[in-house]
Amino acid sequence: MTTGKALLHDRRAVIGLAIIGTFALVAILAPLLAPADPNAQPDILGTRFLAPMSSGPDGTTYWLGTDRFGRDILSRLIYGARISLTVGVLSVVVSVIVGCTVGISAAVAGGWVERVLMAATDTVLAMPRIVVLLTLVALWEPSVLLVLLVLGLTGWMGIARLARAEVKSILARPYLDAAKALGISGPRLLWRHILPNTMTPVIVAAALAVGNAITLESGLSFLGIGIPPPAPSWGSMIATGRDALVHAPWIATFPGIAIVLAVVATNLIGDSMRDALDPTTRERGETQSTIAPSR
Amino acid sequence: MLRKALRRLAIGIGLVFAVVTITFLLINLAPGDPARLWVAPNASEADLAAARRLLGLDQPLPVRYVAWLVDFVRGNWGTSIAQQRPVARIILDALPHTLLLSGCSLFLTYAIGVLVGAFQAAKRRTPWDTTLTIGNLVVFGMPAYWLAIMLVLTFAYAASRYGWPSWIQFPAMGVASLDADFLTPWGRLVDRLRHLTLPLVTLSLIGIAGTSRFVRGAVLEVRGQSFVAAARARGLPPLTIEGRYVIRNALMPIITLLGLSLPALFSGTVFVEVIFAWPGMGREIVTAVGARDYPVVMATTAIFAVLVVVGNLLADSLYAVADPRIREGQR
Repeated sequence: MTTGKALLHDRRAVIGLAIIGTFALVAILAPLLAPADPNAQPDILGTRFLAPMSSGPDGTTYWLGTDRFGRDILSRLIYGARISLTVGVLSVVVSVIVGCTVGISAAVAGGWVERVLMAATDTVLAMPRIVVLLTLVALWEPSVLLVLLVLGLTGWMGIARLARAEVKSILARPYLDAAKALGISGPRLLWRHILPNTMTPVIVAAALAVGNAITLESGLSFLGIGIPPPAPSWGSMIATGRDALVHAPWIATFPGIAIVLAVVATNLIGDSMRDALDPTTRERGETQSTIAPSR
Repeated sequence: MLRKALRRLAIGIGLVFAVVTITFLLINLAPGDPARLWVAPNASEADLAAARRLLGLDQPLPVRYVAWLVDFVRGNWGTSIAQQRPVARIILDALPHTLLLSGCSLFLTYAIGVLVGAFQAAKRRTPWDTTLTIGNLVVFGMPAYWLAIMLVLTFAYAASRYGWPSWIQFPAMGVASLDADFLTPWGRLVDRLRHLTLPLVTLSLIGIAGTSRFVRGAVLEVRGQSFVAAARARGLPPLTIEGRYVIRNALMPIITLLGLSLPALFSGTVFVEVIFAWPGMGREIVTAVGARDYPVVMATTAIFAVLVVVGNLLADSLYAVADPRIREGQR
């Protein structure tokens, strides 16, 4: 059975994929689904702080209420999914590229190159990530691209260590000697024989990292140094809701639920993938599926 | 043993040095001129140049780096640009608050997290285990700042609006009430603990969720090993098997997690301190970054790096306590 089939037999993966799939669809179809312009402030005095399910002066229903500027929360949530998912996924792609480059070069080069690269990895790992993020994001001009890059460039260390360990174990396996004996060398050996076998654990780590990246992006936006306003980031929505917590608690509540759903979904998918690929959990009967770890 | 400890210490010092160097470069290569914050908004070019000279910003980068490093090692951490106070003073004021909060949270996280995880492993695939697994997953997915806001909403605002009993009403911000100085010593302690409750619960809940998820897996993994089956076959009592064989061996990955979870703990502390107006290092660094208060950013980053490195050294020495093979000096 393939990994994909094994995932579909695991309830966790199905639930996770369903949630993320819905979010992705909502993000793509945002202009069609959103009842209003996420940044429109139609009639601030008449429509601000409307409770969920209530109607505005012109009769339109605000399903999840409005914020301090009379902006529709549901529409902002829908457009916010675009930011969260884009930043979450693309920043992890950056992490994977950097991490794999560092990890694989270290393992393949060996010697002092390996020691220097791994020492650098451990150094960045010793810095509390939020502190680095704060420093980097706050000192440069904030933008979606900056947040995405900075999140990616501070999240590659785990993947580098994983990729290095994985490549080192593959380098020691007999099939690699066989490939070398057949006269395969250099880039072809790397691309066809080493990389494909390294990728599975890296993909699992990446899936688990997406949730973390979504949380961190929302956190930076919450502190007011992430995605610049008025773009509807879930984190900055919570920040505006915090100022009106007493009489309009819904403003801070709904974006938080969206974040929790997105993070739980990516963690479910990641956990399920990890268990499907790990023979020891299979023996314990944690998942019913049986799959071969690599092709 | 001693040589190994010294080696670890040297690596730790090297790490702190590297972290501090990277931070220095990041801050100094970023656009923006801290001298502008030092002078009045309508200051002339000459005033600006004078401020640059005063702050040493007219020197080339390597010179500034060496000068800063020498001062830093000597404990001369400079003056905060925004607060006009010695940086060392600011850190000394803030650090105890952060250590209290994160220390208590670390204790609760591991004390309760290990219990919950072991309980789940023992009750594997019962409704108990399923409920706790789902609960862990949801809590672990919550951003610390959002959980904090929801707790404030419930136990500070809703509790007072709907007149809940006073023992489940908690203050939403600060370390002590305004009138704390007029309370009896006992009253003052209670007041401090009540202020500590919500920040501590926020940090610990998320920590417990992450730890018990991990502990459950670690305990199940050990229980599946053949030496546990052998112990069972020899007829050892179940409690001896759990205590001597399972938990003891599951401790090793848990200690690894302890060292690795410190940066995450401090990240959580940053948000929680901001929400609850807790006057610790996290709030200090957020304010300093916003105000481009470079001396404070440098010092707080360095202190956080030292805390992470010290925490990892402690975790390493815990290995020796838990595992006789490491104590004997074998690898």
